[in-house]
Amino acid sequence: MSLALFVVFVLASFVGVEVISKVPATLHTPLMSGSNAISGITIVGAIVVAGAVAAPWAKWVGVAALVLATINVVGGFLVTDRMLEMFKPREKAAPETTHAADGATNGRA
Amino acid sequence: MIDGLVTLAYLVAASLFILGLKRLSSPRTARAGNRMAAVGMLIGVVAALLSEGILNPVELVGGLAVGSVIGVFLARRTPLTEMPELVAAFNGFGGAASALVAAAEVLRGMDPPMRDISAAGETVVNAPSLGVAEVAVVAVSVLIGSVTLSGSFVAWGKLKGKKGLSGFSGLRLVSILVGLGVLAVGTLFVLAAGQPVSAFETVGTDATLWLGVLGALALVLGVLLVLPIGGADMPVVVALLNAYSGLAAAATGFVLGNYALVISGALVGASGLILTRIMCEAMNRSLANVLLGGFGASATAASGGGDSDQPPVQSTTADDAAVMMAYAGRVVIVPGYGLAVAQAQHEVRELVDLLQREGVEVAFAIHPVAGRMPGHMNVLLAEANVPYDQLIEMDEINPEMGQVDVVLVVGANDVVNPAAREDETSPIYGMPIINVDEAQQVVVLKRSMRTGYAGIENPLFFKPNTQMLFGDAKETVKAVIGELKTLQAA
Repeated sequence: MSLALFVVFVLASFVGVEVISKVPATLHTPLMSGSNAISGITIVGAIVVAGAVAAPWAKWVGVAALVLATINVVGGFLVTDRMLEMFKPREKAAPETTHAADGATNGRA
Repeated sequence: MIDGLVTLAYLVAASLFILGLKRLSSPRTARAGNRMAAVGMLIGVVAALLSEGILNPVELVGGLAVGSVIGVFLARRTPLTEMPELVAAFNGFGGAASALVAAAEVLRGMDPPMRDISAAGETVVNAPSLGVAEVAVVAVSVLIGSVTLSGSFVAWGKLKGKKGLSGFSGLRLVSILVGLGVLAVGTLFVLAAGQPVSAFETVGTDATLWLGVLGALALVLGVLLVLPIGGADMPVVVALLNAYSGLAAAATGFVLGNYALVISGALVGASGLILTRIMCEAMNRSLANVLLGGFGASATAASGGGDSDQPPVQSTTADDAAVMMAYAGRVVIVPGYGLAVAQAQHEVRELVDLLQREGVEVAFAIHPVAGRMPGHMNVLLAEANVPYDQLIEMDEINPEMGQVDVVLVVGANDVVNPAAREDETSPIYGMPIINVDEAQQVVVLKRSMRTGYAGIENPLFFKPNTQMLFGDAKETVKAVIGELKTLQAA
């Protein structure tokens, strides 16, 4: 088993920490759903094992893994997209003008 | 050569995951980020399909097809309020897949030597026996994957509100015993798998048996770990299980020598762990406290107010509340899990529109752990077309609470409980809350005086500037809307 894999694992972990730390709380649920979809990367391992193996036991275990991983991947990305589809910015029209004149808006850029 | 290209393709896939996750940090680019990650996954899948040695194309296509159909069905048909449990279920599937792939890798050792792609990208023939390191990692992968599977489904059940999913006395002892069992069986497996068996077999039936027992014990362990944790803490648990499924994928990646799995698994593992930490900080409790079933255990230290003799509460009616809000300058709405249960988000949106037409400034105050999952309230309100810049995080809104005229608390309880600030004996003491009691007036929409998840009294309800508006959130908000319309017509 290669040391290179371990090196990559450690570096990727650092990248993960940095990239994820910047997500606002608003998006935490889609984040959980999206990263869950990405963890379905196991599908790749399932393809390699289920596809390249003749031994019946191993093959069917691999196929079972493939089905589960595919559900994880397909379902995960679709669900995340469904959630993100709803995050619309404020419409630029009427609502702005009817606001109270005290001016302290809560709008964020 | 093909193998090198495949590995490069995996690198592209992983890079797209990283870039996609980065774009998830802003609502404007989030959707594109998700698509980018999906494209990366597609590239990874295609690369795997094209890597040499595919003997069973039919089974592959079949598996992909069946999985896709089920995935699409579940994703489309599940209502938005059930997202947390769906994510938990998907997570369980992913963990199971990782465990199964690792197990299959061991089982394939019972076959004549196969071609294999080593970590360096070269094709090698399977060595006569798996090294101790590989076998140990297989055990780790099966262990983590199985724990993730069963733990995720217990979480699913709790989020769905299924009865009977709670700890039992002696659970800690049983958990420790099972944990020891897992270690013992794991060791036995590693020892058995290390024995060379024959020229063809690389792993004997003994080892396979131990692996099966290991998996079974790990499933039990997963159940025992999640069972005692309170329903309110499920968000943290789901985040943690998310991390586990990433680690399971990474472990399987080590077994297969696959860069895509190792990198992506690390990304997801890191993501889940960071999120878990953020959520524990939001509740001001340590992860250990959450995992050991903090709330469920100690209901003894009851915060203020006796059990039987509660001071009276001021209760109000829909029309009074409507008048109060119509003449307010600034109204803040605090949504909680009760809003999700009552499915009142669309009515609340209508209320907000009506108020804004009156010239009232309205915003939503979102507590980090309101609802079943972090950002749950945000997703719920986004579904009702509330623009996301109307949703204000707790830390941003707390300093301004003194200038808010009316706060409408809809189905939230512990996140607005001032005992967390004032009462040192309270189990939730120290947890950051939304300081609604600092506003001029507070109207609390609640079905009854029953306690929330923390099982403690909420002194907010008895404060002089608080009024209770009893009833189902949806019905109550509709009544208020009716009153507002009457006022506007007058």
